[in-house]
Amino acid sequence: MHHNDSANARAWTRRELLGNGLVMASAAMAMPMFLQRSAFALPGPDLGSIPGVPDDRILVVIQMGGGNDGLNTVAPVGYDAYHRLRPSIRITKQQGITLEDRYSDIALHPALEGLKEMYDSGLMSVVQGVGYPNPNRSHFKSMDIWHTADTTGTGDGWIGRYYDSECCGFGAGESGRAPRQAANQPQARTETVYPPVAIGREAPLAMQGRQTKPVAFETPDLFRWTGEQIHDSLHDPYQKLVRRDPAQAEGNVSSNAEFLMRTSLDAQVSSDKIRQAVAERSLVEYPNSPLASQLSMIAKMIRAGMKTRVYYATHGGFDTHAGQGGANGRHANLLRQFATAVRAFYQDLGQQGNDGRVLTMQFSEFGRRVAQNASGGTDHGTAAPMMLFGPMVNAGVLNPHPSMDNLDGGDLKYTVDFRTVYAGVLDDWMKTDSKTVLEGRYKAAPVIRKL
Amino acid sequence: MTLNTAQPTRDDGRRRDDDDAPDRLPSRLTEIRAHEFGEPEARHLLLRAGFGGTPSQIRTLAEWGPERSVDYLLAAEDVPYAAPKADRFDANIMRPLSESERREYRSAQQRRDEDTLARFRLLRQQRQRQDRQQIGDVQRWWLERMIETPRPLEEKMTLFWHNHFATSYRTIENSYHMYLQNQFLRTNALGSFADLLYGIIRDPAMIAYLDNNDSRVGQPNENLARELMELFSLGVGNYSERDIKEGARALTGYSFRDDEFVFNHENHDKGNKTILGRRGNLDGEGFVAAILAQPACAQFIATKLYDYFCQHIGTHDPGDEIAVRRTIQSLAGTLRSSDYALTPALRRLMLSRHFYHPTVMGNRIKSPTELVVGSVRSLNTPVRDMGVLLQAMDLMGQNLMYPPSVKGWDGGRTWINTSTIFVRQNALNFLLTGRLPVGYDGNARDERYDPTDLLTEDERRTPRSAASALLRLTLGHTDERTKDDAVRALTGFAREHDDRVNRDVLVGMLLLIAAMPEYQLC
Repeated sequence: MHHNDSANARAWTRRELLGNGLVMASAAMAMPMFLQRSAFALPGPDLGSIPGVPDDRILVVIQMGGGNDGLNTVAPVGYDAYHRLRPSIRITKQQGITLEDRYSDIALHPALEGLKEMYDSGLMSVVQGVGYPNPNRSHFKSMDIWHTADTTGTGDGWIGRYYDSECCGFGAGESGRAPRQAANQPQARTETVYPPVAIGREAPLAMQGRQTKPVAFETPDLFRWTGEQIHDSLHDPYQKLVRRDPAQAEGNVSSNAEFLMRTSLDAQVSSDKIRQAVAERSLVEYPNSPLASQLSMIAKMIRAGMKTRVYYATHGGFDTHAGQGGANGRHANLLRQFATAVRAFYQDLGQQGNDGRVLTMQFSEFGRRVAQNASGGTDHGTAAPMMLFGPMVNAGVLNPHPSMDNLDGGDLKYTVDFRTVYAGVLDDWMKTDSKTVLEGRYKAAPVIRKL
Repeated sequence: MTLNTAQPTRDDGRRRDDDDAPDRLPSRLTEIRAHEFGEPEARHLLLRAGFGGTPSQIRTLAEWGPERSVDYLLAAEDVPYAAPKADRFDANIMRPLSESERREYRSAQQRRDEDTLARFRLLRQQRQRQDRQQIGDVQRWWLERMIETPRPLEEKMTLFWHNHFATSYRTIENSYHMYLQNQFLRTNALGSFADLLYGIIRDPAMIAYLDNNDSRVGQPNENLARELMELFSLGVGNYSERDIKEGARALTGYSFRDDEFVFNHENHDKGNKTILGRRGNLDGEGFVAAILAQPACAQFIATKLYDYFCQHIGTHDPGDEIAVRRTIQSLAGTLRSSDYALTPALRRLMLSRHFYHPTVMGNRIKSPTELVVGSVRSLNTPVRDMGVLLQAMDLMGQNLMYPPSVKGWDGGRTWINTSTIFVRQNALNFLLTGRLPVGYDGNARDERYDPTDLLTEDERRTPRSAASALLRLTLGHTDERTKDDAVRALTGFAREHDDRVNRDVLVGMLLLIAAMPEYQLC
């Protein structure tokens, strides 16, 4: 059993994450529980390429908006406190989905049944107790913190910074038109770029870089101008007006004009490509939910050979202050939608032969308080688990559940800084330097299997 | 450049600040002079204090001059317009079960009487369906009101407060409460912020949205207390976690029954609390009073008003930082000295040179509501189908009555991405021609739109003069390069139609202008 406090104390503790949450890059910075797990894997040289896995790797981020109740997602059913503090919404040991014997202290929510097979096939990885120092309980601030990978929640998005710093994003925009640069800045590269794609009407902050503008749309039908169908003679003047060089806005008094011209230009170029891809039929049947339809579109774009490296999907409604339910009910329905959508997504990718290229990472802005409230719900809390999917993940439960006895004012104490998970994804999957992207050195959490 | 023709003279020996230099954004709310207020300024005022105006409305305000124009817009109440009635919508769709129905339900549960339980479930589903239809009716009603109102500033401020005290139908599932809240916001739209803050903690929709209805002594729900300070009045950093906990205690027992606020004495925490340095047996009103006494409160509201009426905080020129900050401080001072009455602050702002400065005019990105309502109002297009317009606004990211969160819509550049650009262009195609974009439900009434009357006979003389006039109306002041490019494209289009200036050509020109990135600015 690992669910005693000495085990927790050995996991990433607050002390090791001092000052801005930066991890000291010393040998003493051990992560015993992670090492224990990866010890099962064969040691081998890290060549920057996983055999059999193409180099054009893809990351799919799934955001659970509203603050997913981590304690009812990966439920600490082996702890009395859990059952005591959540009398009417808890997951019982019988209801929960148990994993390997050594994780008998936890169980997956029964609505995550669809993920059990993925877990057993080594396609799923769970990191427990993920959070950051001085947790902020505002949805917006905490979401901004996760999106920027910065504890003040300010600055560019972390995926945007990845694009800004990499080949595929530098210079920004599907059109390849770089924003104007100050004279003392290096010349922007001019090679073709494939901006990140978000399914949804709002482009997430995470994907907004200094130069990177993500493509965002809800359905591809809406991704074109209909004026040409009104009269042919509108085609040429339209193209002239929307494809003007944004640099000419330099003399414009409006600082927003250049931004609008650049976005407009990017839209023209993306439009044709994406509509073509999404018009195809899916290889598998997807369940009927907004998340499933988002993931099916992403799968089609991957199948069409689009060179986009990062996709973003969102799954909202997790702000369960009242009437959240236990094994059944509102929260259960949200988790079921999540599990069935992710399973169908990987079945689709498997049929395409693309599953080995696609890592999926789930997160939420925070977990919820340990105790339920008077409305049969839970209030904003702190640490929660993250789940990662794909054949390349370091499969299994990677670390112990945070202490259920040693709480911080009724909240879990986080044991893993979320930026170490980002660092693991960036360093070991995207093969970039996480230090540049995260603007600080974070020890990469071993979420990717080393071969 | 139309402004700053009169330079401030400083003969008092004080150093002249850089930001008082000619052409720079003024850092003080000095008044605009009558001769500095022409058609571009009148157009700007109509856009910001409303949803834009037709050429004849613009000309009228330009003749009136700044003071009469601003006072006319601010005194919305003096313009006759029927107030919405309480029975405009059905209040009873989502009525909770009566006591006897509840008893019947409970006993059915105990007896495991599946038939009765199924009947209750069906009834509930029917009511929910009916209520979802009604919220659609409420949305259509509001959009129509924004399009038709002779008091544009009243609706513009109602929209502001809807975004400020954001409440979503998706969570509360009660269309009548959404309507009541909308009416509450409209009644106080140009009144006093203090009244709004006192009223919002008694508003059934807000109480339901932020889960205060079950909050009681010993088990306070912190949601309302937190957002009351973080998003409605003070902003992050101006209160502590302890203030939230204590504030939540002050709000215990604040609930509602049917459509009325109720104060549940037995659920209220009557102990001593300390909120924002104020100590005592505070209730919700005491909590709000403590908030209003904070200097941060007026500052917070002034910042949001500035962002809404002048320019998005964050996208102004970095060199204007001090001018923007000082302007907000002056606005906050006016709010404080008027006990949070809104019109004195708005009047000062809308009569200031700052408000009409070239860097402020045309540097806001239209919200979806501003785009749709503004286009109908200023171009005089048919409305065609309110449902289609609402769908389009939803796809642009603004579904009225469904803000994405209690934070409201972020606005500014977040409205714009590579897909909303198309939705915006296509919504205008629909308004101008009635062509329904793929993926929408609805029927376009086949009304012909004729923009001829937007232009004078003189302006209609040649394609070039027509193009210039339409550009002036739709884009306001643009730089020469943009104007040249646009005129070239528009006259090129007219050439394909034998250089005639008729209805079809004018509609085509407007389609092209509305597709320009600059059309998204106001």
